[in-house]
Amino acid sequence: MTNLSILIIVPILTAIAVLFCRNTMQIKWTSFIGSIVQLCMASGLMFSYISERALGNTAQMLFQQRYSWYSALNIEYFVGVDGISVAMIMLTSFVVVAGILISWSVQTLTKEFFFLLLLLSVGAYGFFISLDLFTMFFFLEVAVIPKFLLIAVWGSGKKEYSAMKLALMLMGGSVFVLIGLLTTYFNTNINGLHTWDLLQVAHAQIPLQTQMYIFPFLFVGFGVFTALFPFHTWVPDGHSSAPTAASMFLAGISMKLGGYGALRVATYLMPEAAQEYSWIIVLLATIAIIYGSFATLMQKDLKYMNAYSSISHCGFILLGIGMLTKIAIIGAVLQMVSHGVMTALFFGAIGMIYERTHTRQLSDLGGLLKVMPFIGTVYVITGLCSLGLPGLSGFVAEMTVFVGAWQRPDAFHRTATILAAASIVVTAVYILRAAGKAVMGPITNQHYLELKDANWNEKFASVLLIIGILAIGIAPFWLYNLIAPDAQIIMENLTRGGIVN
Amino acid sequence: MNTDFFILMKSEMSLTLMIFILLILKVWDEIKDNTTWLYLVNFMLLLNFAIGFMFNGDGSLFNGMFQNSPTLALEKNILNFGTLIISLLAFDWLKSHKHVPEFFMLLLSTLLGMFFMMSSGNLLMFYLGLELASIPLAALANFDLEKTKSSEAAVKMILLSAFSSCIMLFGISFLYGCTGTLNFAELPSLLGSGHLQILSLILIFIGFAFKLSSVPFHLWTADVYEGAPVTVTSYLSVISKAAIAFVFISTLSPLFINLQSMWYNILFLSIILTITVGNLFAIRQDNIKRFLAFSSIAQAGYILLGLSAGNQMGSTAIIYFLLVYLLSNLGAFGVIGLVSALADKENISDYKGFYKTNPMLSWVLAISLFSLAGVPPTAGFFGKMFLVTAGASKGNYILVIIASLNMIVSLYYYLRVVKAIFVDPNENPIAKVEGSLSSKVGMIVCMTGVIIVGFASNIYDLINQLTH
Repeated sequence: MTNLSILIIVPILTAIAVLFCRNTMQIKWTSFIGSIVQLCMASGLMFSYISERALGNTAQMLFQQRYSWYSALNIEYFVGVDGISVAMIMLTSFVVVAGILISWSVQTLTKEFFFLLLLLSVGAYGFFISLDLFTMFFFLEVAVIPKFLLIAVWGSGKKEYSAMKLALMLMGGSVFVLIGLLTTYFNTNINGLHTWDLLQVAHAQIPLQTQMYIFPFLFVGFGVFTALFPFHTWVPDGHSSAPTAASMFLAGISMKLGGYGALRVATYLMPEAAQEYSWIIVLLATIAIIYGSFATLMQKDLKYMNAYSSISHCGFILLGIGMLTKIAIIGAVLQMVSHGVMTALFFGAIGMIYERTHTRQLSDLGGLLKVMPFIGTVYVITGLCSLGLPGLSGFVAEMTVFVGAWQRPDAFHRTATILAAASIVVTAVYILRAAGKAVMGPITNQHYLELKDANWNEKFASVLLIIGILAIGIAPFWLYNLIAPDAQIIMENLTRGGIVN
Repeated sequence: MNTDFFILMKSEMSLTLMIFILLILKVWDEIKDNTTWLYLVNFMLLLNFAIGFMFNGDGSLFNGMFQNSPTLALEKNILNFGTLIISLLAFDWLKSHKHVPEFFMLLLSTLLGMFFMMSSGNLLMFYLGLELASIPLAALANFDLEKTKSSEAAVKMILLSAFSSCIMLFGISFLYGCTGTLNFAELPSLLGSGHLQILSLILIFIGFAFKLSSVPFHLWTADVYEGAPVTVTSYLSVISKAAIAFVFISTLSPLFINLQSMWYNILFLSIILTITVGNLFAIRQDNIKRFLAFSSIAQAGYILLGLSAGNQMGSTAIIYFLLVYLLSNLGAFGVIGLVSALADKENISDYKGFYKTNPMLSWVLAISLFSLAGVPPTAGFFGKMFLVTAGASKGNYILVIIASLNMIVSLYYYLRVVKAIFVDPNENPIAKVEGSLSSKVGMIVCMTGVIIVGFASNIYDLINQLTH
C-alpha cells in the first residue's frame, strides 16, 4: 500500500531542510536530492498504481487515506489517486527536478528562492492528490505567495507589474472557484450533512438549475489558471517576467492545475451543466487557440513567444474538455502532460540562452547551434514538439484531441475542430522562423563565439524532460492506458440520465 | 456569598487585583526601573491568562445582572491572551516611557470594562461596562504625551465614543419604555415588531457599529489609529473590536432575532459597505497605521458576515476568526511598533528595502499580512474561509460573491506592502532594528499561532462545542 501523504511531506521537509542550510551549495543539493527522492516516489507510485490495476483493483481512486479535519464542517483530509492524477504527479515531479537544476546559478537570496520553489510544488502535489474539495482549494491557493514573490523578487523586466497582475488574476480565479465550491457544498445532502467529498458530490444529484449556476463559476475560476480566453492576459506578462524556474513551474504545473480542476471538478461534478455550456467552452477554446497562435507570430521576444503559444496550446486542453467525448478528454489530459513537459523544456532552453546572451530578442540572436550545440538542439527539439512533429509528445496529444473532436459530427464542432487544426500551420510558421533565426542562421554577434555550452545540471534537466517528451511521443500507449479508464468514468457521469430541473 | 461568586467572576477579580497591585506599588514608589515594571506586569498577565483556563463555571449572579458561561470564559481568555501579547510587544516602546504603571492600570480597566460588558445580563450593566471600556481608551490614545497628533486622536476618540454611547443610550431608553425591562432574559419574549422597538434596536446597533467601526460609522477610526501610539492602536483594533464582536454573538444577538428580515437587510447593507469601503480606502494609504486601520474596517465587515449567518456555524467562525485575526494583526503591529519605537518610521514607503536590513522582521510582517489577506497556509485562510462559509449558509450568494471578490482587492493592498518590503529598492532603508527579548517572544507566539492554528482543527472543534 502506497502512502500518498509522503508526496506532500517530502517537499515540505525538503523546504524546511533548506531553511537550515548554511551555504548555497548545501541549499542547492538539498533541494536537488529532495526533488529526486520525490521523482523516485512519483515513479514508484505510478508503478504500484499500474500493478494494482493489473491485479484487478477497480476502485475509482486508489491508495485512499482519509482523516477527519474540521469535523463540524465535514472537512476531511481525503486523498487518493486515479490514472489522471498519477500522470499529473509524474509531470510535476519531472518539472520540479528540472526547474531546480536549471536554477543552479541563482545568486541572490538563494535560500528563499529554493524554499519558495519547493512550497510551490507542495501546492501542486497536494492539489493533484486531494479528493476533498476544501483541501483541494487550500492547495490551489498555497501557490499564491510563492508565485508572487518568485516573480517580483527574482524576475526581470516589468516584474512588479507582472507579479501583481498574475497574483490578482489567479486570486480572482480562486475566488470564483471558492464561490462555486461553496454553492456545491451547500447543495449537497448526504444523510443530512453537506459534503466536500469529491466522489460523493459526483453522485449528489444536484438539480440542473443549480448546476447551471455553479458550473460557470467553477469552470471560469479554473479557466483563469489555464489561460481561458479572455482571462489569459496574466500569461504573457507573468511568464516572461518570471525567472526561468518559475516560468517552468507556472507553465508546466500551475496552468495544469486549472486544466485538471476544469476537468475533475467542474466537468465531472456538474456533468449536465457541462453539456449545456459545452458550446461556449468550445468557442472560447477555439478563439484561444487561434488568437494565441497569431499573437505568437507577432512576438519578438522568445519568452513572450512561448507564453502566447502556451495560451494556444492550453486552448487544446479546454477544447478537449469541451468536446465531451471520451477520446477528446483523454486528449486533453495527454495535452496537459505533454504541454507541461514541453513548455518547461522550452522555458528552460530560453532561460539557458538568455543567461548566456543576455537577450531574448529574436532579432539579436543567431547561429546559436554553432556555439552552443546542446542548447540549440534542445531548443529545436522542443520547437518541433510544439508544432506537433510525429514521434514527439505534442503530436500524440493534439492528434488525440482532434480525433476526439471529430467524433462530434455537427457543423459547429466540425468547424471548431478544423479551425483548431489549422492553427498548427501557424504554429509551424513561428516555431520554424524562431528556430531558423536564433539557432540555425548565421552568428549575428561575435561576442557569442565565447559562450559556453550547457553545464551538467542544465544537461541533466534537459535530458530528463526530453525523455518525457520521447516517452509520450514514441510510446503513448502506457500513458493512454493509464488515463483511459478514468476518462471513461468521467464520460459515464457525463452521459448519466435522471437529472431534471 | 459562596464559592460561585469567586468562580464566576474570577477573570474580573483577577484583573481588579492586578489593578490594585499596580496602584499600591506605584504609591509605594519603590520600583524605579521600567524593566522591572514591565516584567512584573507580563508575569501577572501570564498568570491571569493561566487562571483563565481554570475553574470555569456556568451561572449568573446578582439577580441575573452578571452571567458567565464556558463560552464567555473562553472569549475572555482570548482577550487576556491578546493583552499579554500586546504587553510583550510594547516593551521597547514603554521601557523609556515615564508612566508605565499608569498605562497598564488604564489598559486593564478597559479590559475589565469589556469583561463586564460581555458578562452583562442587563442593559444597565452592559452600559456600565461599555463606558468603563471606552473612557480609559481615550486616555490611552493620548499616551504619547508630547505628540499633538496623539492628543488630537484622544479628543476625537472621546467625543465620538461619547456620541455613540449617547445614541446607544437613547436606544436603550426607548427599549425600556416599550418593554419595561432591561433584563436580557426577559427582553426577547417582550419584543415584537412595533416601530418604536425597531427604532430602539437600530439605535443600539448604530452604537455598536461605531465601536466596531463599520461603515458608515467608521470615520473616526483612521485618525485615531494614526494618532495613537502603536500599542494602543493594536489594542483598539484587536481587543476592543473582538470584545464588541463577542458581546454581540454571546449576549446581544437574541435581542435582534425578532427583527428577522429587517435585521438581515441592515446587516447585508452594512457588510457590503464596510468591506468595500474599507478595502477601497486601504488602497490609498501611505501611513502604515492608517493602512491597517482601513484593513481592519474591512475585516470587521467579514465579522459581520459571520454574524449575518445567525447560527452556530457563524458564532464559531467569528470566535475562531477573531483568534486568528488577533494573532496575525498583533504580529504585524509588533513589527510596526518596533520600527516606530526604535526607528521612528511609520510610512509604507519607509519600508522599502526592509528585507535587506531586517529579514526576520520582514517575514513576520509579510506572514502576518498574508494571514490578514487570507492566503494559505496561514491561519487567516481558514478564519476567512469559515466566515464566508457561514455567510453562504443562508444561501445569499450575492453577499458571498461581493465578500469574496473583495478578497482580491485586499490581496492587492497587502501585496503592495509586501512588494515594498521585498522588492522596491531603497538608498537608505530602515536600519537594523533589534527588539528586546520580550517583543521577540511576542512575535514568535504570534507566528507560531498563525502557522499552526489553521491546521490544528481541535481549536475549532473546541469553540464549536462551546457555542453549541
